[in-house]
Amino acid sequence: VCFIPGGLDCSISFVSHVLGKVCIHGRQKEILGVLVPRLMDLTNSDCIWQRICWRLVECVPDRWMEAVVLGFVQGAPRADVLSRLLGNLVVKNKKAQFVVTQKMLLLQYGHATAVLQSLLGYLSLDSVRRTLLLRVLQELLETWSSNSAVKHSPPEQQLYISKAILICLSHLKKPEIESCRQELLTSMMVGVKCHLDSSLPQLRRLGMVVAESISLKINTEGPVLKFEYEEDNETRELKSLLVQTPPFCVVPSLPDDDRSEKADAALPLVPESNEKPHTAAAVMPDEELGAELDSDDDLIPYDMSEDKELKIKAPVYIRDCIEVLTGSGSEDLDKWEATIKALESLVRKNPAAVREVSVELAKILLHLEEKTCIEGFVELRQRAQVAVLTTDPIPVAKYLTSQFYSLNYSLRQRMDILDVLVLAAQELSCPKFHGKTKPSGAQKPCIQLLPGSDSSKDWRRIVDERIKSKTRRFVTGQSHVELASCPNEFNSVAGHFFFPLIQHFDRPLTTFDLLGEDHLVLGRLVHTLAILMYLAVNTVAVTAMGKALLEFVWALRFHTDSYVRQGLLSCISSLLLSVPAERILADMTEELLETQSWLGDVVEKDSDGDCRRLALQNLLLMENLKKKLEVLPS
Amino acid sequence: MALPPPDPQFVLRGTSAAVHTLHFSCGGPEPDTPLLFSGSENGFIHVWNLKTHRVDKALDGHGRKSVYCVETMGGKDRLLSQGRDQRICLWDLAEGRTSVTDSVFTEHVGFCRCSLLKVAQGRWLMAVAARSLEEVQILELPSKTSVCTLKPEVGAKLGMPMCLKLWQLNCGSQPVLLAGYEDGSVVLWNVSMGKALSQLVCHQEPVMSLDFDSEKARGISGSSEKVLSIWSLNEQQNLQVYKTHKLVSAGISDITIRPDKKILATAGWDHRIRIFGWKKLKPLAVLDYHTGTVHCVSFSDHSNPRERLLAAGSKDQRISVWSLYAQT
Repeated sequence: VCFIPGGLDCSISFVSHVLGKVCIHGRQKEILGVLVPRLMDLTNSDCIWQRICWRLVECVPDRWMEAVVLGFVQGAPRADVLSRLLGNLVVKNKKAQFVVTQKMLLLQYGHATAVLQSLLGYLSLDSVRRTLLLRVLQELLETWSSNSAVKHSPPEQQLYISKAILICLSHLKKPEIESCRQELLTSMMVGVKCHLDSSLPQLRRLGMVVAESISLKINTEGPVLKFEYEEDNETRELKSLLVQTPPFCVVPSLPDDDRSEKADAALPLVPESNEKPHTAAAVMPDEELGAELDSDDDLIPYDMSEDKELKIKAPVYIRDCIEVLTGSGSEDLDKWEATIKALESLVRKNPAAVREVSVELAKILLHLEEKTCIEGFVELRQRAQVAVLTTDPIPVAKYLTSQFYSLNYSLRQRMDILDVLVLAAQELSCPKFHGKTKPSGAQKPCIQLLPGSDSSKDWRRIVDERIKSKTRRFVTGQSHVELASCPNEFNSVAGHFFFPLIQHFDRPLTTFDLLGEDHLVLGRLVHTLAILMYLAVNTVAVTAMGKALLEFVWALRFHTDSYVRQGLLSCISSLLLSVPAERILADMTEELLETQSWLGDVVEKDSDGDCRRLALQNLLLMENLKKKLEVLPS
Repeated sequence: MALPPPDPQFVLRGTSAAVHTLHFSCGGPEPDTPLLFSGSENGFIHVWNLKTHRVDKALDGHGRKSVYCVETMGGKDRLLSQGRDQRICLWDLAEGRTSVTDSVFTEHVGFCRCSLLKVAQGRWLMAVAARSLEEVQILELPSKTSVCTLKPEVGAKLGMPMCLKLWQLNCGSQPVLLAGYEDGSVVLWNVSMGKALSQLVCHQEPVMSLDFDSEKARGISGSSEKVLSIWSLNEQQNLQVYKTHKLVSAGISDITIRPDKKILATAGWDHRIRIFGWKKLKPLAVLDYHTGTVHCVSFSDHSNPRERLLAAGSKDQRISVWSLYAQT
């Protein structure tokens, strides 16, 4: 596209029309890919060309304005380029304003960070446009702090909005921050609460990072808000957005590498100032020059062979352990520590003795609090609890499940009960051979076991593995270690673990309301039920469990928390994998058909990506099931 | 074939509380009874008669708060005691009296034992940890005037002073203070100028106790970790690490070198007393009598070397008295 220079008054509206028509037909990239770099060069120093460019975009008819503006924003490499190309279009044209301030920020969320940077930078570069910047920030904050947005919008959109907020903050100058300080503070307080309420760790982290950044901006002196969370690439990227290097003039022949320079946040290097003042710390050589006479020889040492490290003995009997743990013997903390460390192995070595006092021991362990600072206290306690539960499953499971629904336990304790039940179930259902016990992920055993996140072929692999591990081979082709099979100990107790947990979920207590505020525990409960269902394969109770689980899922299927919904979908997966196909067909056909239509809905309409994926998995599993049944003769 | 470790010569019972500090006073001429002063957790100072092995007197001057330091000031008639009631009491015990003649309110809430040094007839210098976190105050007794306050420089982050030792090379020279701090370093201070001469990081954990041999210009410090650190002082008044010795168990409450500088004793958290030769730190004996942490060890000041004793006080409320290497 060539322009004829030289003092002619030409009308550009024809060109604008062409541009607009091309863009609306979806050819933005092609035409702007050529146009934008050329315009960039031309407008770099020449004001007339800038005016021409502005006229060009202003003349695009309204019905095509959106496509053109979108194309320009995406095509321009930097904020100042965009500023040169569009001028004050956003102020003059209503449609452009809508696209830039509303549509691209709040309604769409697929644009790259660089596009966000150039868009918001563009708004900040001119004083007329800065008012728009403030307005944009306010609207972004409103969305960020709205409870329903946090609950219902997809995590990708929330990430996008957080990035936009951080970039806006980085552009604001001090007087502007002062003027909207109050609003920033209120939105931050409301928003951080909604974010921390969420069950998804990613959203919690997003909320924390944004809140910290806002607090940093508004409190330049004095204490700043600081959260504790694990840093990962996402948080680091977000934090780097807060620091803006000012746009500098670029040699026209190198348009692209400054974008990456801006993205590298210019974090000030903290000088390594923590070296202690080096006082003379040289070690003198061991042999002194001028050897001393060894006049210590006349002192004869005594026998010191008994000198070993002092070890406090742990009690050897279970009842002694109980005494130490419950006693008011707060004096002998060494003994208490030694007992805690030795408890799990003692329990496993003395099953008969443990069975006599199992419920009492379970009670003590559930309420045990850390008296001294032992490393790994939480894990030691959990392993002892699992040992007690596997030694005497039925009474202890009864106790634990009843306590799950009792008054006056903390959320942490209730979730501990769920973890212990899962670990014990896993242990009971695994055939016992050496060297094959799965490592216990102490924090979240649930996530390790969920098969739903694998591809749909994996269920076959899992089933095959299980079959292989449970059959006994008469003739071993190669030299395998012959795997001994043994009865599945989980069989007799699966129902005791499962049914009491599912019983009272809809009965709120004063301090514990699963269907209300405590949706985090509900999420964990649902995931626990999924695992128990999965482990109950080949047990007698599996069909009854399956039916109960299906009803449970049906009741909760519209829950607003996405973590809960993910759990419900894993329940369906476990069900489809564990309950034998014939039983599903015989007893649960109608429910399954209803579930299938619900799953179809979830695949299309659910806002959470993981939920959609799990629902798709389940539909595939159902298809496989149908095919399998068709193969078998009826 | 090495002999098994000896048994205590005798054991003093009757404090009915953990023993935190011990001090002998046996140097007097013959008709004087050798005495052992002990401070306990229940606030009492017991005066033990080492001939009858019984308590002669029990002094109650610290409001039932634990006494963690006792020292005599020139003879057994004047006693100084430091307790957790933030006070240092000076006692007059002559002719059967048991009265507190004077007291210093230190406002120190830690466990740092004070250190006494006689600088002239009737005049002592005392180093105490002061009220402010990192400072050590030097007072002159009996006038109780402050000589100086030793403040580490800003940002040094030494923590609390844990143990102190005042000494001077000989009678006329300048008094110097060795202080062990919470961050594991030992600092040498010049008392008259109030300046630090040298600092050495000896341990990773707080220095629990130290002792110094001014003749050899070498000292030893124990900490809550498993290492004993021996350091020396060179002519430029700089501290340098000389040697370290690894122990079997962690934790040393007290270290003391015998007045003849031949052996030293350590009191351990693992209930044991260890004896080492001072020249080369050769392990000599492990005395395993107590059933609780040993809080303090002390050598006696008998003029007759054959009568020398070692006493150890423990959390199990007993004081064991040993006679070791008395022939050398």
